[in-house]
Amino acid sequence: MHRYRVAIVGAGIIGASIARILSMYENIDVSLIEKEPDVGWGVSKANTAVIHPGHEEDPKSYPLRARLCKEGNELWREWVRELDIPAKWPGELMVFTSDEEEKAAEKYIEFAKVNKVPGVRVVYREELRALEPTVNPDALGAVYAPTAGMISPMEAVIAIVENAVENGVKLFTETEVFNVRVSANRVIGVDTNRGFIEADVVINAAGLYADKISNVVGVDTWFFIKPRRGEYLLFDEDVDIKPTRILHTVPTLVTKGVYVVTTVHGNLMIGPTAEDLPVDAREATLTTREGLEYLWREAGKILKVLPPRSRVIRTFAGLRPEPPNGQWLIKAYDSPWGFVNVAGTRSPGLTAAPAIALHVLEQMRSVFDLRLVKKEKWNPFRKDIVRVRNRSIEEIDRLVETNPDYGEILCYCRMVSKAEVVEAIKRMKAIGVKTITVDGIKFRTYAGMGKCQGSFCRWRVALLVSKYTGVPLESVVVKRGSYGVGDVKLLLRGRAAKGQG
Amino acid sequence: MHTELELTCILCPMSCTLKVSISDAGIDVRGNQCAKGVEYAKQEVTNPVRHVMTVVRVRGGDIPTVSLITSKPVPKNCIERVMEATAYVELEAPIELGQVVIKDVCGTSLVATRRVRKAT
Amino acid sequence: MSNLIEERYDVVVIGGGPAGIAAAIRATELGLKTILLENRDVLGGIPLQCVHPGFGLHYFKEDLTGTQFIHRFFERMERIGVEYITSAHVHSIEYRDYMEKVVNTITRKGVLRLYSKTIIYTVGARERTLFEIGVVGDRPDGIYTAGEAQTMMDIYGVLPGKDVVIIGSGDVGLIMARRFALEGARVKAVIEIMPYPGGLMRNVVQCLRDFNIPLLLSHAVISIAGKKRVEKVTVVKVDEGFRPIPGTEFEIACDTVVIAAGLRPNIDLLERLSIAIDPATGGPMVNELLETSIPGIFVAGNALVINDLADYVVEQGEKAAEGAKIFIENSGIPAEEWKPVKRGRNIRLAIPHYISGERSVTILARVAKPEQRVFVEVPEVGYKTFHMAVRPAEMIRLDLSKDALSKAEKSVTIEVKPIAYRA
Repeated sequence: MHRYRVAIVGAGIIGASIARILSMYENIDVSLIEKEPDVGWGVSKANTAVIHPGHEEDPKSYPLRARLCKEGNELWREWVRELDIPAKWPGELMVFTSDEEEKAAEKYIEFAKVNKVPGVRVVYREELRALEPTVNPDALGAVYAPTAGMISPMEAVIAIVENAVENGVKLFTETEVFNVRVSANRVIGVDTNRGFIEADVVINAAGLYADKISNVVGVDTWFFIKPRRGEYLLFDEDVDIKPTRILHTVPTLVTKGVYVVTTVHGNLMIGPTAEDLPVDAREATLTTREGLEYLWREAGKILKVLPPRSRVIRTFAGLRPEPPNGQWLIKAYDSPWGFVNVAGTRSPGLTAAPAIALHVLEQMRSVFDLRLVKKEKWNPFRKDIVRVRNRSIEEIDRLVETNPDYGEILCYCRMVSKAEVVEAIKRMKAIGVKTITVDGIKFRTYAGMGKCQGSFCRWRVALLVSKYTGVPLESVVVKRGSYGVGDVKLLLRGRAAKGQG
Repeated sequence: MHTELELTCILCPMSCTLKVSISDAGIDVRGNQCAKGVEYAKQEVTNPVRHVMTVVRVRGGDIPTVSLITSKPVPKNCIERVMEATAYVELEAPIELGQVVIKDVCGTSLVATRRVRKAT
Repeated sequence: MSNLIEERYDVVVIGGGPAGIAAAIRATELGLKTILLENRDVLGGIPLQCVHPGFGLHYFKEDLTGTQFIHRFFERMERIGVEYITSAHVHSIEYRDYMEKVVNTITRKGVLRLYSKTIIYTVGARERTLFEIGVVGDRPDGIYTAGEAQTMMDIYGVLPGKDVVIIGSGDVGLIMARRFALEGARVKAVIEIMPYPGGLMRNVVQCLRDFNIPLLLSHAVISIAGKKRVEKVTVVKVDEGFRPIPGTEFEIACDTVVIAAGLRPNIDLLERLSIAIDPATGGPMVNELLETSIPGIFVAGNALVINDLADYVVEQGEKAAEGAKIFIENSGIPAEEWKPVKRGRNIRLAIPHYISGERSVTILARVAKPEQRVFVEVPEVGYKTFHMAVRPAEMIRLDLSKDALSKAEKSVTIEVKPIAYRA
């Protein structure tokens, strides 16, 4: 049995999904390589979190996007069950407020027919309001797509990686790939800041940096990525206005659709904007006054009543990897043999991720003629962290009986216990995270995601990180920087030393 | 010689605005709402003094630092020296309220304002 | 059926800061079966991390640090023997009937169901965040609320940063400016959106002027930039409507931003009971016994209204305990003709919201804008006192006697009038 060593560059939703699919095979050894301290910190971290039905993809211009979006939507329903990922399937309403918009919306009914997206139809005033009472009464109607869903993208990446590692994938964090080594027209591995990693197949799922990886190999040199920024407004879970369905405006030539959704964690979220940035602005996740004002105005078109602006608990922005002409570049190359591009996977990349992973496998099989053997004991399941939140007091009491740390609540806003934080640290170590960050714990436990945004619990979480890793409190990493700069006397000692010297 | 100046009294939250006139005849204070204001103004124009407060780290305590304050106010130009005297101090629990932690700095000492018990 | 631990109390006090400790001490002294619940693993709340003086001037007639102030109450607690639990988180409050509420409490020993006739809610405040004040830009490390920075420095001995910009000139911001300066950090500026300082003048003097820290009034931080850590902030001048004035932007290089943009009463648990809230204070509406619109639930301290002084917080805690006593003795607060306390000229907020005229009351009020040489008046009862100056940063205290209040017929109005004011 021939063994294949596969290196995947990038542990975002795409790289993680590919790793999971490849972990089903006995004779593939997967290295999942990520430059950040943790998984999912790039494109996957900040997006609308919608699992699209597939009726918004033009089958003529984007046949691959259309097919994989629809397949991905179906696969996710299975994956969220197997991997215990927070998800819901409320369906979506593309709301139109003028005859012009209605005309623009009609084409999506046609797309739905061609793409075989089930249940898509137009609903008018009364039915629209019955489906979604929070909608603006001036709305004329909407395109209803009942298969739309929402997931928690960060938790999805984490869950998929946990499952992949359980099934033998090796994760390398804080490992940046700067070269793909080719010998005799075959890839032989990748050069990283931590040394050379051997591989027979290199899969480029590097998100915003996928064009750079592709370029060092020298294939499809026309390809480049333009970052497109999307800003968001997130509200406190206590606001009254929480649409059941996913709502969004009709995309026009000038504007992309703005979504108004209730996240799987119960927060009203409005976004995104769509701003094309210069090619080198790949970390420009800043928010802007203009962007946030635009979102506020657009939300006003969809909603009957806007929540108080004072209840915004966070504003943020993410970048999407926009390829030339919107075309995904998913391709296995025979020259050099062993290289695979999964690049420019802009929206609906999140929706399509599981289908993209299967598609990549097919491509690899046909181009590389892989002889693969399925594992007998592949484990499709992964369980989420057991949480105190949203449980009855009787259930919480039973949890505390099993572990007293469940009885110590560290984050008031989201009711997160010490046990959950300790479990998150354990799981981070288990997948191979080298630096345990406060942010990584936030994404796994929700500690710090409430209205106080961590001002009450950040130090408590940091103290636990310090305790369980041996890193001094001031050196615990929050996101990318340390919590403090030193002990409280650091500067005075410097001054005293200078004074004496 | 005659100087007029305005001060804000810092002795209590009233924060009275004091009008001070300094002349050969002495120091005249107006605007105070209690007698302490006059004292404060005279001190402030001749030799301003302040309390200094800080924390230092403690080993083996239920809280990892103890808070300190000067036992009496020090001249303003001594603040830096008092702080520098704390730069290398690290203590061992327990520490009692009022315990003198650093002696003889700028004519004052630093005393503990928080009790630190031995960690259990 | 569940086998949760059940206990019965006269008073459950939620929150072990100064208001809660004072309430628990007073309630215990009054002979009420009382328990105090605290979420952290130590009692004391915010004063435990306040190493600066300015506490106790009203209550103890002595100038104490926050730490010394709270230790006085620890000693009293020990002397009297107040029952308390730390690391106890209140999951929910159930209102079963007029005389029975249940406080579901998560502890390391399991979930407790605490049945109580009354509740005194003293959980304090939370700090406004970067996002609530509309700052845009990057979200790097190095951004802290003032309270968090204070916890780091003065409890855990960690220095948050070296070059600091502080947003907001309330007392917390001013105090932290001095703490950073004392430990050798450079405080580049304190930025205040209002045309006057948010904190007490004494703190402007001893925390900023003493250390040559610039205070920029009518300025706002509009954005933060930085990759790993904060690198700079962009500041702009604002007009009377707090709108940025184009062309006045400038940058300040710094590695740390401290947000001291004000506190909000933390009333999540009460909001879920649909309690009446005063938009002016952000806290519950209360009568003179500090009872909320839900019978037998009292509130004190910063969960009621953001106070200037811990001394006031303690008084409120004691007042609430006395209210609980009256409630229990009479099976509810006796029906009274409650008269609303109205806000007149230049009064932004006033506590309590209702008075009976049956007892003497201390009213705490805050003005909307600073004024000099004014009378503070309550015309219905003939109250009138002269003030050299009134400022939003300083609460006005009005001690109104029972006799005076009995003159009020329908309501009382608190108002500020310049000496030469003609209505």
